Amino acid sequence: MTESAEKTDVPMDNAGSDKEVVFHVHGVTKVYQMGEVQVHALRGIDLDLYKGEFAVLLGASGSGKSTLLNILGGLDSPTDGHVQYAGGDLTRASEHELTKYRRYHVGFVFQFYNLIPSLTALENIAVVTEIAKSPMQPEEALQLVDLGDRLHHFPAQLSGGEQQRVAIARAIAKNPDVLLCDEPTGALDSKTGIVVLEALQRVNQELGTTTAVITHNAGIAQMANRVIHLADGRISQVDTNETRLEPSQLSW
Amino acid sequence: MMKSLDIKLWRELWDMRMQALAIAMVIVSGVGIFIMSLSTLDSLYETRETYYRDNHFAHIFANLKRAPLSLVKRIEEIPGVDKVETRVMAYVNLDVEGFADPISGHIMSLPDNSRGLLNQIYLREGRLPEPGRDNEIVLSEEFVQAHKLKPGDKIRATINGRRKALTIVGVALSPEFIYQIAPGAMFPDPLRYGVLWIARQPLATAYDMEGAFNNVALTLSRIMPGGANEQTVIDRLDDLLKNYGGIGTIGRKDQFSNRFLTEELKQQRTIATIFPVIFFGVAAFLLNVVISRLIRLQREEVATLKAFGYSDFAVGMHFIKLVLLIVSLGVIIGIGVGIWMGKGMSNIYMVMYSLPYMIYVLKPQVIIAAALISMAVAVMGTLYAVYSAARLPPAQAMQPELPAKYHTTLVERLGMQRWLSQPTRMILRHIERRPLKSLMTTLGIAMACGIMMVSGFQEGAINYMVDVQYGMSQREDMIAIYTEPASKRSLYSLQSLQGVEHAEGFRIVPANFKFEHRFYRTALHGIEPEGSLYRLLDTNLDIIELPEDGVILTDYLAELLHIKTGDMLTIEVLEGRRITVQVPVAGTAKQYLGLNGYMRIESLNALLKEGYALTGALLKVDDRYQRDIYAELKEMPRVAGVVEHNSAIESFYDTIAETILFFTFISTLLGSSIAFGVIYNSMRIALSERNRELASLRVLGFERNEVAYILLGEMALFTLVAIPLGFLIGYGLCAYMAFQFDSDLYRVPLVLGINVYAFSALVVLLSSIVSAIMIWRNLADLDMVAVLKSKE
Repeated sequence: MTESAEKTDVPMDNAGSDKEVVFHVHGVTKVYQMGEVQVHALRGIDLDLYKGEFAVLLGASGSGKSTLLNILGGLDSPTDGHVQYAGGDLTRASEHELTKYRRYHVGFVFQFYNLIPSLTALENIAVVTEIAKSPMQPEEALQLVDLGDRLHHFPAQLSGGEQQRVAIARAIAKNPDVLLCDEPTGALDSKTGIVVLEALQRVNQELGTTTAVITHNAGIAQMANRVIHLADGRISQVDTNETRLEPSQLSW
Repeated sequence: MMKSLDIKLWRELWDMRMQALAIAMVIVSGVGIFIMSLSTLDSLYETRETYYRDNHFAHIFANLKRAPLSLVKRIEEIPGVDKVETRVMAYVNLDVEGFADPISGHIMSLPDNSRGLLNQIYLREGRLPEPGRDNEIVLSEEFVQAHKLKPGDKIRATINGRRKALTIVGVALSPEFIYQIAPGAMFPDPLRYGVLWIARQPLATAYDMEGAFNNVALTLSRIMPGGANEQTVIDRLDDLLKNYGGIGTIGRKDQFSNRFLTEELKQQRTIATIFPVIFFGVAAFLLNVVISRLIRLQREEVATLKAFGYSDFAVGMHFIKLVLLIVSLGVIIGIGVGIWMGKGMSNIYMVMYSLPYMIYVLKPQVIIAAALISMAVAVMGTLYAVYSAARLPPAQAMQPELPAKYHTTLVERLGMQRWLSQPTRMILRHIERRPLKSLMTTLGIAMACGIMMVSGFQEGAINYMVDVQYGMSQREDMIAIYTEPASKRSLYSLQSLQGVEHAEGFRIVPANFKFEHRFYRTALHGIEPEGSLYRLLDTNLDIIELPEDGVILTDYLAELLHIKTGDMLTIEVLEGRRITVQVPVAGTAKQYLGLNGYMRIESLNALLKEGYALTGALLKVDDRYQRDIYAELKEMPRVAGVVEHNSAIESFYDTIAETILFFTFISTLLGSSIAFGVIYNSMRIALSERNRELASLRVLGFERNEVAYILLGEMALFTLVAIPLGFLIGYGLCAYMAFQFDSDLYRVPLVLGINVYAFSALVVLLSSIVSAIMIWRNLADLDMVAVLKSKE
């Protein structure tokens, strides 16, 4: 499939071509067997993500964006094709290697925060920094998301937006190479969502962390360097924003 | 056509099959042990009753020196007496070819051509002796089997000093000797003790009992004349026999063999009550935990069902049915296991006790009770959870449950926080969030540990009894028992035997001990005050110095009589001149077997106003000469019997080894079923409850073993706390059982060796490890992707 895949490459955006490639995705397909039915979640994806960029993967539900993010994050493996990260092939990694990859290189932010209810905000971050290689101080990470005064609150004592900011702080505290966010504002109202997006933007700008955000909310796309549109398991279009909007200027 | 709600039920049961099975196993254990002990109990009762009735087991028994047969008429005239049978009986030495150890025999007369009027023998093989034949005997089955004898074989007996060859013509059992044990022995030993029956006339001739008897048994009328009861008959018979050397009349309840069986039945009843309570309690707890969790997971389904118009009752019944299905599974298997174990136990009893047959009785009410109790307990255990699920208004049930609230734990508030990693904090906070559940889980595991200790306890107790009785208190190698009291010179002739290193005389007289309105019939022992072979021990197992005056009582006898040191004990001597004396109690001695009084031998002789007399001697011998000494003793007409403990103890251990193995196997099965049931279920629930956070941690880069630490660490903590707690519970259970088993026949020492603790802990740890391995496998299936897409 390799040769034919190259020919069907969606043209890459030239603006990023001189930058360092973090992820090189080549010919990735994903087929789920759902009982009798085969579901083609991804039908041949080719994509590069560059160091320090803020990319938004935009698509309707069922477009395959979450599957792609899960594969990038080492949570899932493709049926076919290759994903290269910093020169290594994620598709050939063992379970143990994938765990190490997630542990040292990836920061995750989820739609439903996935905080540990029995740990305080600070401890939810410490649980990750304790096993990371060169993390920042948990307090420092919380400062970054403006939660310096909520260190000792348990998740049950925090609002949704606060919980999501703790989740962002947890994701960045290990100083990850990439930040993968799956519908980070999906469970939040627009006002709270903006606060969360501001936190993501700040991390991206101040720390230079490569950030990929998946969303079905087209409004968010305007704050990205690049917008990758997905539909039916394929990349349908890639846009580069000449001017990026601040989160506060977004509307959805 | 199955209703759709029922289809849901079966599918859910299938999904949780391992958990259901683990709970069912605990119920199996409870039902099994309940049915086992109660059916064994019923079987023993039924078998004993049938055997006693069919073989006309007497109600009242008496031994005496010698009375003319003319006395029978007067015995028959006692109001309330139905049938009377007299016999001649004696203790003899036996000799089986190829077996060098001393054997004592209990020989009894049989009427001509009859199995007896009362206490009829149960002829297993062969025939009865021909009337008047002095060389034909019927021999007890246990003895015949132990020596691999058969009808036609010959053994030798020393009957009143004369050795005689006897031909075995029949093999029999007797309701009088269900528990066959030589007088004064600690354990049954069929190799060294046998009961034999011979025609009356030759036995009477040998013992100068022609026209006389020295043993009488009688039955009571079904309808007693006014004022007559068992005790009045016993008293009247005692009076009658006084002048004929009567040494005490006893009722059936004091008959030795019957007493042992009664004690055994009492033990079964104790087991039948405490163990099922534990198992059913644990099962109820487990069901509560599992069903509560299931209901929490199904909040929305419950709401949907109710929104569609299912009633609270229908929803409640749905979950109750699930509970009942699991319980039914346990009950059905448990009944099978219970019957199997009950038959096994009954057979052990049939062999351990000389019963001719075993009527296995399984009363329907036992099965019904087992089923009803388990179901009731299970439903009660889950009722609250089911009730709250059924009552939940649909709109509220549709909402997800609020996020779990946690707090920092006490340990952390005490300032130990900085030493605890985040996963460790998660463990501690999770435990503290549900203190009751954590406590119950720990308690459940502790119960498993405690139950395990019970089986080890019985073996350890026997070892300890043997150690104390034969290692510290009675230290002789052999006891020579005389036919009648002899002078001190008899001791010198024993001492002069080659190989006898040391000999000490003793005197035993039957006596009735009285204090206030309480009395106990036993024996008064006179022993050498400075003796090294028979020593009395106090509670600390230190040797008691025998006082010049006064009597030392077995501690349990003092308790029975409510008598203290310094009180005056009334002693009615039941032989010789039958004097009654008052003697101060000088102290008590720790003894595990029998109840006796002890005095210095010269004080006893002085009390009886007789010169120095002995009824037997304790011998310390050189091993090399043991055989020769037996042979010599057998030739001595004055020596009625020789008792040797060591070989009896060895053969006892051989007999019980298999039984102990059976019990250890069963209790290990029971203990591990609880441990596994509790641990596996708790872990499964924890996994289900914490599935989301554990998967999130996996996403964040935690390895499987790091995630497992959070789950298994909690259980390890419970297990580690449960084991010492289990030791306490086990100690309590053993203490309770020892207390329940105590009787005047024997007291069970509460001794728990380090091995008992170690083995119990090991079984719990292994169950824990097996559960952990199973959970470890489940952890591989944690769905990291799904957990990110769902709310709690």
